[in-house]
Amino acid sequence: MNPVDKRRREFLGGAAALAGAMIAPGVFLYDYAQAKAPGEPASGKVRWGMLVDTTKCESGCNDCVVACNTEHGLPEATRATDAQWIRKVELKDLRSGKAISAPVMCQHCAEPPCVDVCPTGASFKREDGIVLVDRHTCIGCRYCMMACPYNARSFVHEPTTGQKPDVPRGKGCVESCTLCVHKVDRGGTPSCVEACAAAGHEAILFGDLNDPQSEISRRIASVATTQLRADLRTDNGVRYRGL
Amino acid sequence: MAMAGFPRGSLRPALAAALLLGAVAAGAGALAAGPSLDPARAGPCVEDPKLMRRSHMDFLKHDRDDTVRRGIRPAKHSLAGCVDCHANAKDGRVLGSDGHFCQGCHSYAAVKLDCFDCHAATARPAQTASAVPGAAR
Amino acid sequence: MDETRRPAAAARAFWTLAAAGAAVLALALGAAHYMELHGHVVTGMSNQVVWGLPHVFAIFLIVAASGALNVASIASVFGEADYKPLSPLSVLLTVALLAGGLLVLVLDLGRPERLVVAATHYNFRSIFAWNMILYNGLFAICALYLWALLERRLAPLAKPVGLAAFAWRVILTTGTGSIFGFLVARQAYASGVIAPLFIALSLAWGLAAFHLAQAFFARLAGEAMDAAMLVRVRRLLGIFVVAALYFVAVHHLTNLYWAKQAAFERFILVGGAPYPALFWIGFVGLGSLVPLALLFHPRFAGARATSVAAALVALGAFAFLYVFIIGGQVFPLEIFPGYEARSAFHDGRVGSYAPSLPEFLLGTGGLAAAFLVALVGARALPILPAAAPAIPAAAAK
Repeated sequence: MNPVDKRRREFLGGAAALAGAMIAPGVFLYDYAQAKAPGEPASGKVRWGMLVDTTKCESGCNDCVVACNTEHGLPEATRATDAQWIRKVELKDLRSGKAISAPVMCQHCAEPPCVDVCPTGASFKREDGIVLVDRHTCIGCRYCMMACPYNARSFVHEPTTGQKPDVPRGKGCVESCTLCVHKVDRGGTPSCVEACAAAGHEAILFGDLNDPQSEISRRIASVATTQLRADLRTDNGVRYRGL
Repeated sequence: MAMAGFPRGSLRPALAAALLLGAVAAGAGALAAGPSLDPARAGPCVEDPKLMRRSHMDFLKHDRDDTVRRGIRPAKHSLAGCVDCHANAKDGRVLGSDGHFCQGCHSYAAVKLDCFDCHAATARPAQTASAVPGAAR
Repeated sequence: MDETRRPAAAARAFWTLAAAGAAVLALALGAAHYMELHGHVVTGMSNQVVWGLPHVFAIFLIVAASGALNVASIASVFGEADYKPLSPLSVLLTVALLAGGLLVLVLDLGRPERLVVAATHYNFRSIFAWNMILYNGLFAICALYLWALLERRLAPLAKPVGLAAFAWRVILTTGTGSIFGFLVARQAYASGVIAPLFIALSLAWGLAAFHLAQAFFARLAGEAMDAAMLVRVRRLLGIFVVAALYFVAVHHLTNLYWAKQAAFERFILVGGAPYPALFWIGFVGLGSLVPLALLFHPRFAGARATSVAAALVALGAFAFLYVFIIGGQVFPLEIFPGYEARSAFHDGRVGSYAPSLPEFLLGTGGLAAAFLVALVGARALPILPAAAPAIPAAAAK
């Protein structure tokens, strides 16, 4: 980040805080995290994340996967070479036999191994915590796929057709869940979250982990949640309840 | 050797001159005609068309990094923006024939165009609906 | 042999061999083009097995390249003058093997045409990026080294450059091993011992490759190999094979001690066909124990038995790398400890991998490229000790 941007960001942040304080203490006109104006860069004050509530996720329901495929122009996955940005995992507790269902996607780690290993810097983490692949500099070495602890990445094995204008994708690059960055930057919500809500489950919650007033932060503060492979200390942006 | 080579050698400058003249004439003819592109949507471009013709790739490259890496959306110079405005009125695309905007000019200038290996060459639905047929040259 | 016919016969042999190598290389380039055109869907690789047979070939070549420098290092770093005449071949072979390995690695990329991106964008947290610098640096150092060895006026440079090359290649192989060692989430890798393991492997594979090359060129020249040198090479190769076995054993013993690695070790060493067979029969048996018998038993003291041993070590290398690279990937990642997992994307399921013809051809193209560089280099430069003085092998002894 160049110093001018940093200063401008700090100024804007300060101004926003001041305005918030002056309007009415305790009353928020809008969620601060959603306030990214069009044309503004992603802010490091925000940390986008999701909370997956496995107690609400229905076994056999695939709506989040379908919504993701539709949103990003991904063909339905039938082979081991097909891309899957989000998948439903059916779990069985080895001791009790309890069955759990949960979606797994890129965990948008704060310390992403894929970003560490990428030779060209094509794998990167945005200021707001979203982990992406810059397909313009990805050379297709697949080292990030070796490094990802969550099997979250796919390699485009074939020429692509039917790309969405907001989601370019092509043969020979690695890709994964973008947290629907093209929607989030316009104040929207990831498609899987919307689909889950539309199905009446509301098992996925999206929001700013840095904002203590956001719904996701309040839920994480009130119920026990875990991160996948917490032992790796990758500090995932995606949390799970009921695992 | 020199004797045998002489007549052939003497023809070379003439041949070269003829070829050069022919090439210049053909080039001039083609230049005068220009690429025949389908008229794009009316209204001003984001930059002066002369500047765009020369530097659109630099604008695109600069803004692609802003968008992909820093999340600046919408970008002033976005490829999707190009496509929205310059898509063919009939099929909503910028590729398909030498009459289509991007393909036509790149084929005329003989410059490889690989943006659309990954990027959609079709205008976004909202934009096509509001597209105004007309020339913007 | 009729002395007047020898140069012509040698030229014919050279061109025949060069044509054969070029043909294999051309097939590989065709295969790479086919993969590039259709995408990796025409290989056996998938989203679970992301590195396949090309990487087995490439990593063999790169690891062996570092080890091929052994002989030159023994001469210039450890001051063993007997090895000095063999130094140029040792350095040339390093360049040849490295070039072959990198060719395969680059042509397997999803976007090989973006090599310039890889050369201009460096992420210095990535061991992969460091390796690119290390590989190119080794080329440069080897070129200088070779020059110093062949040009009498640069002779004083041979020792310092040799020392630099030695240090560089130890670092380089540490880097190659760390490509895997740094993979924190993968049960098959994620271990610091992989770096020294790769160094031990490089010593064995590189010396095996060197011996095979030396035997090949000796045969081409119709000369016998130096018997005293053969004894030393045999002993050295034997020690290197034992060292490699030792590090492999330490790696597996560590894993066996850790409860969290038990399932993976059971898979790779006992249950998960074809990997245990490849490991025990391919690497341990044919690739290590049989060569050790051939190298240390006095009954097999000849050059031919040594060549067989070296070829078996190289074969064992392929078995080892196949188990290490592909076996390590087909075993599912443990994302949910304590749960049995299943999904449409590899969770809780052992993956499958069947290499396709194009990727095999690409791999053999790496071998062919290495062969061609060595062959052409040996013909264009005064690399071979036999080529300089026209003394019959018997008299030289």
